[in-house]
Amino acid sequence: MDLIMLTPTESAQALALPLFLEMVPCGFPSPAQDYVEKELDLNEYCIRHRSATYYLRAHGDSMRDGFLFNGDLLVVDSAMKPEHGDIIVAGMGAEFTVKRLLTRPRLCLQPMNAAFPPIYPDPDELQIFGVVTHIIHRTREVMKCLD
Amino acid sequence: MFGLADVNSFYASCEKVFRPDLKGCPVVVLSNNDGCCIARSPEAKRLGIKMGDPWFKIREQTFSEKIHVFSSNYELYASMSARVMSCLEEMTPRVEQYSIDEMFLDLRGLQKSIGYETFGAQLRAHVQACTRLTIGVGMGPTKTLAKSAQWASKEWPAFRGVLALTPGNPARTEKLLSLQPVQELWGVGSRIARTLNTMGITTALQLARTNPAFIRKNFSVVLERTVRELNGESCIPLEEAPPAKQQIVCSRSFGERIVTLEDMRQAVCQYAERAAEKLRGERQYCRHISVFIKTSPYSASEPYYGNVAVEKLLTATQDTRDIIAAAMRGLERIWRDDHRYAKAGIMLNDFTATGVAQLNLFDEQPPRPHSQELMNVLDGINQSGLGQVWFAGRGIAPQWKMKREMLSPAYTTRWKEIPLARIG
Repeated sequence: MDLIMLTPTESAQALALPLFLEMVPCGFPSPAQDYVEKELDLNEYCIRHRSATYYLRAHGDSMRDGFLFNGDLLVVDSAMKPEHGDIIVAGMGAEFTVKRLLTRPRLCLQPMNAAFPPIYPDPDELQIFGVVTHIIHRTREVMKCLD
Repeated sequence: MFGLADVNSFYASCEKVFRPDLKGCPVVVLSNNDGCCIARSPEAKRLGIKMGDPWFKIREQTFSEKIHVFSSNYELYASMSARVMSCLEEMTPRVEQYSIDEMFLDLRGLQKSIGYETFGAQLRAHVQACTRLTIGVGMGPTKTLAKSAQWASKEWPAFRGVLALTPGNPARTEKLLSLQPVQELWGVGSRIARTLNTMGITTALQLARTNPAFIRKNFSVVLERTVRELNGESCIPLEEAPPAKQQIVCSRSFGERIVTLEDMRQAVCQYAERAAEKLRGERQYCRHISVFIKTSPYSASEPYYGNVAVEKLLTATQDTRDIIAAAMRGLERIWRDDHRYAKAGIMLNDFTATGVAQLNLFDEQPPRPHSQELMNVLDGINQSGLGQVWFAGRGIAPQWKMKREMLSPAYTTRWKEIPLARIG
């Protein structure tokens, strides 16, 4: 179940949900056959630029009232230009961290957990790996965290 | 005009992409079985580590800083190479993958809209943005000159990794070729270079000025083509689709020496499986199957033994079962006890595009029913990433498999190994 949700690679099978526009009574040759549209593909929804898209796993203490949880899948576009207010992945010391990028009034990386203080990096030193374009939760695990 | 894009210290750079802590650190990548150094980051080059240095020697040396050593992670390199390739395809219509880290580009007609070097810088920026890998771009009216330009762009940092040799500026091409040693040229091996040197030809420019007929007479048509290419006459076209393979080889050195026939059967069985899968990938059928086994030629205390067995089939096949069976027959013939084998492999030859053949009256092996369907299912499962099925002949937990003790995660190809980003 989880696996199907999380397979946006080209070779893997996309979660295929045929979109019918009509109700079909059982027992008859389907009158909806002519109305089947293209199947929905989560890749198409989440990925704009395939060769620049990477997946990272969020880990660490999540905020109770936040929107990022331990184990979340981050879809990261490394070619997208980071803007004020974006959630980004940056290389900090020995690891990658997820932060909110604020470019004004001064360059600031705001932690995704209010328990940590904001960081004011040197603009020349800041290593942004990419912009987080989508966050995919596993809802059951998240709800367990919150209970 | 041709372009050549080449990723700087490709393997070592791939290892750095997902490790922010390795920025500015020396990185070394080892060959199969952690044998010797096959890639170095610029920092490792500065420390004096050479290509081909054996790992046990590097390990014993002391260096001024910690060296980060990795086993070769071909899953990662192939994935990053494909990303670089598609980045280049987004900007140039025709790209030829020449090797895992080098691509030839078709740049015809480019001059009308944008300068070559401006475009080269754009390519570089785009690949950098998408993959965090740095490429060097060389451009020239022939593939050989593009390759020379790329060599120069690496040699002199002032070019910032982009250099174009245009027919409009012959003085620049001449200057560069006069500085390039002949052994650094594309298509000139070290043996040919030595012969050329004894004739007094030491630089690329001297070779360019040699009479092509003389080169053809004393060397080969291939080197003559190089001479013509150096003079701006394009002889080697861009090949978008690689030519159909005429041979498939699957061989490996073992992590530990193999001494029993049973272990050797398992190894050969696995290579046969892999080779058969490759064969089907090429949509070919083969009639010749050869198996080779050998002991280490470097071991002074043991006698060397190496042998090849060739099995010929009456009908061409691409069925793994036929290929394994033939490989096993061959192996039985050449196996000798009391040797410690270091390497084995399998070669498929004599390809045809279809498996249809006139059945022989005395043919002992009629084609297997539903072979194609079964192989499709097999390949489908193995390529889905969800699971693996294999022939039992290959065993379950082989001891001889490749040694990769310092392997980095498959960051881009396995869900369990994707990089982590700390919340905080």
